[in-house]
Amino acid sequence: MKNEWPLWEVFIRGQHGLSHRHVGSLHAPDAEMAIKNARDVYTRRNEGVSIWVVKAADIAASSPSDKGPLYEPSQSKVYRHPTFFDIPEDVGAM
Amino acid sequence: MYAQMIKTASTGVKSREEMTEEERRFQDRIDAGEKIEPKDWMPDDYRATLIRQIGQHAHSEIVGQLPEGNWITRAPTLERKAILLAKVQDEAGHGLYLYCAAETLGVSRDELTEDLLSGKMKYSSIFNYPTLTWADIGAVGWLVDGAAIMNQVPLQRTSFGPYSRAMIRICKEESFHQRQGYDIMMKMAQGTPEQKRMAQDALNRFWYPSLMMFGPSDKDSIHSAQSMAWKIKINTNDELRQKFVDQTVPQAEYLGLSVPDENLKWNEETGHYDFTQPDWTEFFDVIKGNGPCNTDRMAARNKAWDEGKWVRDGLLAHARKRAARVAAE
Repeated sequence: MKNEWPLWEVFIRGQHGLSHRHVGSLHAPDAEMAIKNARDVYTRRNEGVSIWVVKAADIAASSPSDKGPLYEPSQSKVYRHPTFFDIPEDVGAM
Repeated sequence: MYAQMIKTASTGVKSREEMTEEERRFQDRIDAGEKIEPKDWMPDDYRATLIRQIGQHAHSEIVGQLPEGNWITRAPTLERKAILLAKVQDEAGHGLYLYCAAETLGVSRDELTEDLLSGKMKYSSIFNYPTLTWADIGAVGWLVDGAAIMNQVPLQRTSFGPYSRAMIRICKEESFHQRQGYDIMMKMAQGTPEQKRMAQDALNRFWYPSLMMFGPSDKDSIHSAQSMAWKIKINTNDELRQKFVDQTVPQAEYLGLSVPDENLKWNEETGHYDFTQPDWTEFFDVIKGNGPCNTDRMAARNKAWDEGKWVRDGLLAHARKRAARVAAE
């Protein structure tokens, strides 16, 4: 059996209420050590108040070759953006 | 630099006619400033060259802890000791960010470590010089980290996404390193005559090895031309070296120290300093393994790896046992 510690992806939530954000990865034998290591590697300068770790092998990702079918359909739907609609200035803030 | 003399796996930049359809599309993405991500198609040579470059960069961060670690127990005050500890811990972090970036290219951490320990992969020549006095810790922060910043700032724009993100993180932290070094130099240069002598001596010994960090002139190198086309190298070695000299000389003047180069002179015409090139014979000799500390550095890394084996194995065995117990319940 290979004796390399598994790879974990690290997600950190900062202090200002934003979602957890992917910051990088690290190797650790288990989740508990992964969180301890993440604290040392990724929060040395008050970057966060909460850490998530996920085994990299457990992440399912979309494939770059699916870029077209996945994301192109939204390009033609400009009406999803508020700037699509012209509202007269007289109406006031909206 | 932290990655010196990286040979690309290729034989030079291909013309568009020589490229395959995939290679053309890849080059177009790079030219358009798009980032290449790990799962995207990339030429084998791009992948192999990046593994070498990022790997060497990571190894340099890790080995770079050794000359500074040498002074942690002997720092002159508790505050200096805490600062140096924090800096050395940053270097470990930088090594880890970079190893992770390299691993997205399909090489394993253990393979990278083994290639460092066997001498197959290199680290920057600069870390084969000793830190003999406390002033050397100042010179390392000021000059060595200063030279590293010169290279790393443009690399934030490199074409490979994970490498670029690691560089952005590293650059944010690197400026602390250089300033703490300069702070030590200021204290020493304004101190007793003996302390000032130590500061001057540290500058004398670290000046040329710092200039060597950028590597020999590569304006005619096919490897550099390919790396620049791929945007995994942004400036030539000479450009960065000149920029470093131009920035550093006034900082030395402020300290009241003199750069150990009789030919150093401001050139009104070029708008740059003229300076003496380092001794490239010495550089190649150090790269080959004959620097003052090569043997020590490699011995220290091998010792840490060998003596840490039972810890790595023990923690993994524990994790596996516990996972098996949970699965059985």
